[in-house]
Amino acid sequence: MGKLARKVAMIGAGMSTFGAHFPHKRIPDLWVDAWLDAVSRVDNGIEPKDVDACYVGNYSSDLFNHQGHLGPQMANLVGLTPKPAGRFEGACASSGIALRQAILAIASGVHDVIAVSGVECMTELPTTGVTDVLATASDSLFEYPAGATFPGLYATLASAHFNKYGTTVEDLMRVAIKNHENGKENPYAQMQRSISDFMASKIAKIEKSGGEVPDWKDEFDYLKSSSNPIIASPLRLFDCSLITDGAACVFLAAEDVVKNYTDTPIWIAGTGQGSAALALHDREDLTSFIASKEAARQAYEMSGFKPKDIQVAEVHDCFTIAEVVALEDLGFYEKGKAVEAIKNGETKRDGSLPINTSGGLKSKGHPVGATGAAFCVEVFKQMRGIAERNRQVKFDVERMLAHNLGGSGATCVVTIFEK
Amino acid sequence: MSESEREFTIKSYIDYLSEKKLMSSKCKDCGASYVPVRKLCTKCNSVNMEWVEMSGKGKIAAFTSITVGTPFFVEKGYGRTKPYCFSVIKLDEGPMISGQLIGVDESKPDTINIGMQVKATFIETEIRGETRVDLGFEPV
Ligand SMILES: CC(C)(COP(=O)(O)OP(=O)(O)OC[C@H]1O[C@@H](n2cnc3c(N)ncnc32)[C@H](O)[C@@H]1OP(=O)(O)O)[C@@H](O)C(=O)NCCC(=O)NCCS
Ligand SMILES: [Zn+2]
Repeated sequence: MGKLARKVAMIGAGMSTFGAHFPHKRIPDLWVDAWLDAVSRVDNGIEPKDVDACYVGNYSSDLFNHQGHLGPQMANLVGLTPKPAGRFEGACASSGIALRQAILAIASGVHDVIAVSGVECMTELPTTGVTDVLATASDSLFEYPAGATFPGLYATLASAHFNKYGTTVEDLMRVAIKNHENGKENPYAQMQRSISDFMASKIAKIEKSGGEVPDWKDEFDYLKSSSNPIIASPLRLFDCSLITDGAACVFLAAEDVVKNYTDTPIWIAGTGQGSAALALHDREDLTSFIASKEAARQAYEMSGFKPKDIQVAEVHDCFTIAEVVALEDLGFYEKGKAVEAIKNGETKRDGSLPINTSGGLKSKGHPVGATGAAFCVEVFKQMRGIAERNRQVKFDVERMLAHNLGGSGATCVVTIFEK
Repeated sequence: MSESEREFTIKSYIDYLSEKKLMSSKCKDCGASYVPVRKLCTKCNSVNMEWVEMSGKGKIAAFTSITVGTPFFVEKGYGRTKPYCFSVIKLDEGPMISGQLIGVDESKPDTINIGMQVKATFIETEIRGETRVDLGFEPV
């Protein structure tokens, strides 16, 4: 495993608010919001003339919005024409791939500063349409005709994990409860509400309508009720990430020029990328992701860090089960043991390994192509100590990891950051 | 065309399915078998393949019961009140394959178990005047 030929740092990061923005905001609007937010976080300022190239991660603007060729379109909106601009695709890991390619391009010496971004506008289609578009990230020849949806594929993986390790629906619920607690503290998140907030407002609604008030003792009772319908067993509504419109943007710079922009850069310590068969039936193991393990292996090796050195992580919780599996694949916990750590509160904001302080895809939202870049925004904020509201972890974060999984796990990008 | 003459393409595999045959391509050099078909053996890099019919018997490796389905399954009448099962089946001969699981109580997924023995079935759907055949599985 090689090292980067020269060091690369993150000098600024920002995002649009995540939500159901269509038709008030479309891809160009969201992207410019993210750009401006990122520009505002570069200490000494940054201008289009400073940026050498524009990398855009996007999964499927073609099918969601009948628009391809986003690279030059986005570049033009912020005054980057005629610089190189291009789009990267790897399902939900699209902007993770863009990030990695930008790191490699800067390390190679070709470019000094790159704007890496991601954008997706999903709510232009109704849920069945979104389900259909997302399904093209799985095997459309042999999984799709058998009825596979995205929630369905992760539910299938969950069934195998339940069967092998005794994982339960309550274990998954704890992931959703935690991530909503975090998302409540993120002003950019789509659902800024805890699950107990949802439960309380449901009770209030029923009381108002004079109905019979349910005797839910806690969030678990609520999550097991018909208010949280099954989407694909064992996964329910609150096990699924959201359908979201949003964009995120990150500025990367070479060590040679970092000083022009900031005195407190966040360095890329390691990057890794892995792949797997597209179809679940072509994989050996249905309880872990080989692409994640490979990407993690490369990133750890490049950085010289071990899983225990990572203090905070953003992991790809497109479904609650995916967070559990990620914690195992990244080497934080042994196979089958992550749920115990989650139960002990280790992954909460005040735990020993805070996970998804942003609210995760569950509560912050998941505009698929923007997610990899959005992870970097939370990394930037946590490592700078500027996370909003009550979300900042209570210690100085020296090392953080971002894990970005594509589709049902066929692509993975892992990035390790250090101060 | 005799069986040995069919090209090792997805079309041939799907043609076999519509003839209600689950066929694998088997590497004559190392014995690895592929379902769905592959032309290149990724175990030994050989392109020396032959068609071999599978028994269709296997076990459930993983499954789910889906209430928010794909447009194709919604068109087939599935949905919130009538879920369907998607499954990954480990065939007795070794490979795994996806298929709809039928003949089970989809609304009570707790009654379906990983490891349960199943056999292949060929599900015919009339869709806009055309009949298509998809691979499915049912308990034995
Ligand atoms: C789970 C899912 C099917 C629900 O969609 P839906 O049934 O159409 O839901 P609706 O949009 O009609 O919303 C119904 C209610 O549920 C809420 N809701 C929707 N998705 C939700 C989610 N994932 N979690 C919690 N609540 C959700 C809505 O806010 C709405 O609440 P309201 O009635 O109080 O306004 C959809 O969110 C989904 O497909 N998510 C997964 C996306 C995905 O696969 N991404 C790629 C991952 S790799
Ligand atoms: Zn072979």
